[in-house]
Amino acid sequence: MGFFSRFLIPNPSPVIYSSMVAIGVTVLLIIFGLTHFKKWFYLWSGWLTTVDHKRIGIMYLISALLMLFRGGVDAVMMRAQLAVPDNKLLDSQHYNEIFSTHGVVMILFMAMPYIMALMNFVVPLQIGARDVAFPRLNAISFWLFFMGAMLFNISFVIGGSPDAGWSSYFPLAGNEFSPHVGTNYYMIGIQIAGIGTLMTGINFLTTILKMRAPGMTLMKMPMFTWSALVTSIIIIFAFPVLTVALIMGTMDRLFATKFFTMTDGGMDMLWANLFWVWGHPEVYILILPAFGLFSEIIPTFSRRNLYGYRSMVASMVFISIYSFFVWTHHFFTMGQAAYVNSIFSITTMVIAIPTGIKIFNWLFTMWKGRIRFTVPMLYSIGFIPLFTIGGVTGVMLAMSAADYQYHNTMFLVAHFHNVIIPGVVFAVLGAGTYYWPKMFGFMLNERIGKWAFWFLTIGFCLAFFPMYITGLDGQARRIYTYSESSGFGPLNMISFIGAALMAISFVLIVYTIYYSIRHAPRDVVGDDPWDARSLEWATHNPVPEYNFAIIPQVNSRETFWDAKYKGHELFKGDYEKIHMPNNSGGPFIMSCIFFVFGFALVFSIWFLAIIGLIGIFVCMAHRSFEIDHGHYISVEEIKATEAKFGGVNKWK
Amino acid sequence: MEIDHSQPLEYSTEQNRLNILGFWIFLGAEIMLFATLFASYFTLVDRTGNGPTGAEIFEITPVLAETFLLLTSSFVIGLGIHAMRLGNKKAMLTFFIITLLLGLGFLGFEITEFITYYREGATLQTSGFTSMLFTTLGTHGAHVTLGLFWGLFIILQVKKRGLTPETANKSFIFSLYWHFLDIVWIFIFTFIYMKGMT
Repeated sequence: MGFFSRFLIPNPSPVIYSSMVAIGVTVLLIIFGLTHFKKWFYLWSGWLTTVDHKRIGIMYLISALLMLFRGGVDAVMMRAQLAVPDNKLLDSQHYNEIFSTHGVVMILFMAMPYIMALMNFVVPLQIGARDVAFPRLNAISFWLFFMGAMLFNISFVIGGSPDAGWSSYFPLAGNEFSPHVGTNYYMIGIQIAGIGTLMTGINFLTTILKMRAPGMTLMKMPMFTWSALVTSIIIIFAFPVLTVALIMGTMDRLFATKFFTMTDGGMDMLWANLFWVWGHPEVYILILPAFGLFSEIIPTFSRRNLYGYRSMVASMVFISIYSFFVWTHHFFTMGQAAYVNSIFSITTMVIAIPTGIKIFNWLFTMWKGRIRFTVPMLYSIGFIPLFTIGGVTGVMLAMSAADYQYHNTMFLVAHFHNVIIPGVVFAVLGAGTYYWPKMFGFMLNERIGKWAFWFLTIGFCLAFFPMYITGLDGQARRIYTYSESSGFGPLNMISFIGAALMAISFVLIVYTIYYSIRHAPRDVVGDDPWDARSLEWATHNPVPEYNFAIIPQVNSRETFWDAKYKGHELFKGDYEKIHMPNNSGGPFIMSCIFFVFGFALVFSIWFLAIIGLIGIFVCMAHRSFEIDHGHYISVEEIKATEAKFGGVNKWK
Repeated sequence: MEIDHSQPLEYSTEQNRLNILGFWIFLGAEIMLFATLFASYFTLVDRTGNGPTGAEIFEITPVLAETFLLLTSSFVIGLGIHAMRLGNKKAMLTFFIITLLLGLGFLGFEITEFITYYREGATLQTSGFTSMLFTTLGTHGAHVTLGLFWGLFIILQVKKRGLTPETANKSFIFSLYWHFLDIVWIFIFTFIYMKGMT
């Protein structure tokens, strides 16, 4: 019993017990369903072993939606707790756990995979490639992310959730103040997912640099591909910092090392610095692809080419470099010299300039355009004013002297939600709708989608704008309740109503998907439902396994538009046999072992950790000795598939 | 697989070229990893708590031996790749085996060095400085250890399958990795040992 008592929850509540039951029932239902409908083999051969970038993208998308649900439930619980003064809905410990997991889940396990989903699905199509450079590595990336996310998520039913905030500052996150295993989950879950992300960065940088279709020079790449390129570079330089910080944090907790301790020469501020040296670029890892997605959507629905292509690229490159020189603005109040704060104030404010250039470029793209108010376009149009407000409050926060007032208040919470939600969440929801026919071959219902957009936007404004006011009035973040005399009550109630509207919009989004699966017509879409401009729309919907039967010839930034309206010949030559990579169970199996290894480390079960580590190395050794030359798709097969779609598009 | 015979074997297919570029990019990430370790080391180097300082525990003899072994191994693997380019499988394998033996020697010295530190009261848990010292050296040492296994697998594959585009590609990439570890060691030698002893 002594062995098993470590798995108990330190602060149980009825909510957690009911979640345990719900998780158990769901798992049983899934197992039953798979067995009943005889889908085990399909699941294994079609999805778990796949190395196809499109299927991996879809799996990222499903994971992201699941995590959006989890993080959203956390958010609604927090707003419910704060809706009225002196509320007893959650106790302080439970509240600490919820805001910690909300942050981690939303940033790392919702926003990241959503971006990864779109990068995986879209980038190879946009550059006219048949897959990424390292398809097997891509599968490993996904499964490591997935297992890291799952490891983090089981914390609330086995052993207890992390409760030291998403930034997990030491010494609070050390053993002394966070004695239970929650923070171990944080350190190890994020580590596993982070390795996957690093591999994705390497994979996409190689893919974009080496696998573009003939004629596509760097300055002819679609803007989303540019953003994926820049993001990959940021990932490659930022994530190793997180890797080291997490290793040091893990060792402090498991092996009593003295990196971040208050005694024996440890330095707690080292964690804060390392965390934000990664953490700030991470923000741009999320927002730059979002900018790229808006740069695809806005020209399509304005029927104009993107304004200021070169300045768009230049500002992204500038942001990517600058993102590494602003990290101290996350802790202006934590004791650096005034001149250090001044330098970081200035670098932070300077970042507003390239971002502003991008905002104006989108506005000029829409200027005199024939705008169609589809769901993706609504998200893009909503993004511009709301994101600008978030940017302006960001410049306010950048002033280090004034930051002593804003720091750690609801003002800050309002600010970063104001850039992340209209920036990243609007982008992925809009692009999710935009690329849906590309992924699945049918459209999402526009009417329900518009309802969801309005609920989300109004809910967002109601939820976060009041926080600017309560924050300036001094309501601190991460405090589980407040007194009636503070006067924060009414504004927090408005925030709760806003959160509820956002929850409704999530339900509507799920309902759109359900409704469209049931009722959307499958055959009237055509391959180009939006009258789009870039290469991914030149192939069929849904995309065949090999993406393009014939590799396209690129002549300009908007090759597909030229092919449709200016007589450019996209597909020259005849079918040839196509080389494709083989599926493999290796990535999934190795990631499962990673999960076991991580779980063993969380609970310091050393024999299991050693077995897990050996297992991981055995998988790597097996991969080294494996001979895998992939396979060919014959010309007959290509002809048959293309005939099913009505032949290669000529677009004339 | 299309094989381009105008290129060296390790660059001769499209996938090989991708692999090599991808590995260079991975080395970029590795540079960031070690750069973070070094930056943290410089932050914690004087924070010795009640434990010893670097000057008190570092000894020049084993460090010089390690440096000599690792630098030589880097030269030898260069000879190995040269032999591979000439198509001389036997010479290449010999050079690779010498490389790994030198690496093993390096690791032996490093382990005895760690044991000496431990006996002198500098453990992983002693102070911020010792934690960081062992982690930085240990990360490099773990890379060398991994490299020994990786190199062994490659030797076995070349022995069994001969010099094909795949095995040549793997050998070349392994040599990049090994040179990289050597460069990291030069930084460790300079900024941890030499600087710490003065």
